[in-house]
Amino acid sequence: MTNSIGEIEFSNVILATGTNTTENHPVIGSKVKRAVRRHGAKLIVIDPREIDLTKYADIWLRQKPGTDVAVINGLMNVIISEGLHAEKYIGERTEGFEAVKETVEKYTPEYVEEISGIPAEDLKTAARMYGSAESASILYAMGITQHTTGTDNVKSCANLAMLCGNVGIEGGGVNPLRGQNNVQGACDMGALPNVFPAYQQVTGDEARAKFEKAWGVSLSGTPGITVTEVPDAIINGKVKALYVMGENPMLSDPDLSHLEKALKKLDILVVQDIFLNETGELADVVLPSACFAEKDGTFSNTERRVQLIRKAVDAPGDAKPDWQIISELATKMDYAMDYSSTREIMDEVNELAPSYAGITYERIEKEGIPWPCPSADHPGTKYLHKDKFARGLGLFHAIEYIAPAELPDDEYPLILSTGRVLYHFHTGTMTRRAKGPSERYPESLVEINPADAEKYGIEDGKSIKVATRRGSVEAKASVTGRSPEGTIFANFHFREAAVNLLTNPAMDPIGKIPEYKVCAVKIEAA
Amino acid sequence: MDNKILLTIDERELEAKPGQTILEVAKEAGIYIPTLCYHPGTTNVGACRVCVVEVEGARTLVASCCMPVSPGMVVKTDTERVLDARKLVVELLWASGDHNCLTCESNGNCELQDLVYKLKIEEPRFKIEPPRYEVEDTNSMIQKDMNKCILCGRCVRVCNEIQVNEILDFSMRGSHARVGPAFDADYIDSECYFCGECVDVCPVGALTFKQARFEGRPWETEKVRTTCTYCGVGCQLDLNVLNGKIVKVTGNSEYGEPNQGSLCVKGRFGMDFVNHQDRLTTPLIRKNGELKEATWDEAYDFITEKIAAIKRENGADSIAGFSSARCTNEENYLFQKFMRAVIGTNNVDHCARL
Repeated sequence: MTNSIGEIEFSNVILATGTNTTENHPVIGSKVKRAVRRHGAKLIVIDPREIDLTKYADIWLRQKPGTDVAVINGLMNVIISEGLHAEKYIGERTEGFEAVKETVEKYTPEYVEEISGIPAEDLKTAARMYGSAESASILYAMGITQHTTGTDNVKSCANLAMLCGNVGIEGGGVNPLRGQNNVQGACDMGALPNVFPAYQQVTGDEARAKFEKAWGVSLSGTPGITVTEVPDAIINGKVKALYVMGENPMLSDPDLSHLEKALKKLDILVVQDIFLNETGELADVVLPSACFAEKDGTFSNTERRVQLIRKAVDAPGDAKPDWQIISELATKMDYAMDYSSTREIMDEVNELAPSYAGITYERIEKEGIPWPCPSADHPGTKYLHKDKFARGLGLFHAIEYIAPAELPDDEYPLILSTGRVLYHFHTGTMTRRAKGPSERYPESLVEINPADAEKYGIEDGKSIKVATRRGSVEAKASVTGRSPEGTIFANFHFREAAVNLLTNPAMDPIGKIPEYKVCAVKIEAA
Repeated sequence: MDNKILLTIDERELEAKPGQTILEVAKEAGIYIPTLCYHPGTTNVGACRVCVVEVEGARTLVASCCMPVSPGMVVKTDTERVLDARKLVVELLWASGDHNCLTCESNGNCELQDLVYKLKIEEPRFKIEPPRYEVEDTNSMIQKDMNKCILCGRCVRVCNEIQVNEILDFSMRGSHARVGPAFDADYIDSECYFCGECVDVCPVGALTFKQARFEGRPWETEKVRTTCTYCGVGCQLDLNVLNGKIVKVTGNSEYGEPNQGSLCVKGRFGMDFVNHQDRLTTPLIRKNGELKEATWDEAYDFITEKIAAIKRENGADSIAGFSSARCTNEENYLFQKFMRAVIGTNNVDHCARL
């Protein structure tokens, strides 16, 4: 997030797109609802699904899945043609606006209606609402990113925010809502193939020299491969060994049959986890780790706030915290790692990651600090790009709409979109072992619009077969208007109905994120 | 415009901001006024009347939680008249419910119990006549016993004004009034999202955490503050621990950002996995197609030998690692350091894309 969670409640206008936040980050969802009910904020929801937030929205734009770039270009078209854009801000603080202006010219509300199905008048109303706000916050999540045009979608959100001068101000911003406790921190710490901690490029000579000195070894300057590229690299014989810590790709990754084939081809698969999950079942070695309640450390939340976790109970049996396992394994491999506590590791992070330099355990004992925090006396940064963008001038990107990779046809006539539900988390290893959430949501439900249900002879609560070009699963149908006609929604929490057997591994060329929100599917009563 | 209001509470001269209530000013000054229905961040309803105080010149006692201060106001918080009024209220509450601390899950964490003690009430002057409602025990998360409800309405207000889930409200009237979801449905049959905030703020034993029942008294359990392990909000919460087991999860508004004490169903009721029998407790190595228990040293040696051979034959880039958005910063830092410095490859990523 460019801005903080606390600011959401006091934004004048909130535009939530591709985020079912009341189910995926309920506490942020409550802040959005409070902004509307208690502080008079206007809420624009852009989402194909009738998510709970639509009940609180002033206007809901129900676009066809995967048409986000067209919709945002349309909003910008209206804002520019009605003179609602922040001319002074654009002139002083950004570059590249003219190209965007030219590109969005053809995205008239009428043209966007043809692509997205959003009535032209509604688009205009929403554009005026966003364009005339004093401060407006854009919230988005995987509904924006999990597309073959995910990067384009994100850049489009940034374009819209800059167009109205909403970046670098209180209550504004472009705010991705992260779905996992420490996905922000994992990125910050350099658990990415192209960067060291704090986004220092592995291709940069200076950065590499800095880490070579600190770690006392010579380092590779060639960026590695991403999670989503690994299966093909194994099949092609390039990757022979895989070490998986705290992940369950055998449920969370696209096109599982392909992945399974790859994992079985490895010379060695090491899985380190708290349960023997679907991935662990294929492993050659399984290492038992401690869970969050059994260790100390820090998580960085979606607003970049670094917060402590504290050991409350002992880990079961011989299970150990992940940091200890890595240290011991490294030492076995003749690279000494002799940290006596997580605090010592953070000391090293403070030295090497400039944005974390001032974040120490002592300082975050009572309240976490959002990075950048470059020194021990720096208070942390509530919102980014104040007065000046991190790169100097905010960069506009002119972006054209591109359709999703796999659209419905005669054989697979519907769109499948996937995501989570309130009561479960990711691959379900934790929440499915929780009594309460499982009582509330005991089995997988596939949401189908009543019109589609009638067309395909499907009854509410009855089993159906869902199939794509890659596989098929059975689950129960939930016939509901939450799903738009022509689109079904399924979650990926249940191994017995693993929807990632169905999903399309087609990726965004830059973000390498799979297109989980759109693929072609057919359904029939089972 | 003058932004200060001068007033006197219990003969102390105090300064207040316009719009502040007597209760807020007293709290800031460390002057004790009991409350039951008051809950910060929600509408002041003045329902319970235990916060009454005497204000010079006022016709009646006033509810300090609702009364804004005014210049020159003279307030007394502990006169006999005030204490008598509070006693009457508390005795009426006691007598109208089934407040049996012996079996109550909230014993030791009950604001009514504390008030009875503080006001030195031996027994209520009224006959104890509980309403005899059936206890709602139809889900595994929240137990609802309306015989213990004092109708303070905190649960209703946090549901509507803090969580904005808009599930709970009052139904019926007068002595039949009760709280609950629409049509007086059980929680499990309503659209409730089970955030559990209603339970967290209940001052008595009307709403309790079902799974925590009989698992430990509040003075036995230790609260360990930590950060929730589920989504990216990073809610601050207290794990309530007894004998190495998490018995319940509670919020604490004093922890401030980012959640001000609010939680959701996963953070609140999703911790059974920690103590689950399926947890991995020992390393496993595949032998003859089956995963068999092994020691740490055996597992490390196995990995070290295999990886060294693969690296020798195919180079470091034939090895890849997935770090984790579920693990700590320290662990992610070490994992990428391990892949880069020990293995010698940048093939490290995690599930941010999934």
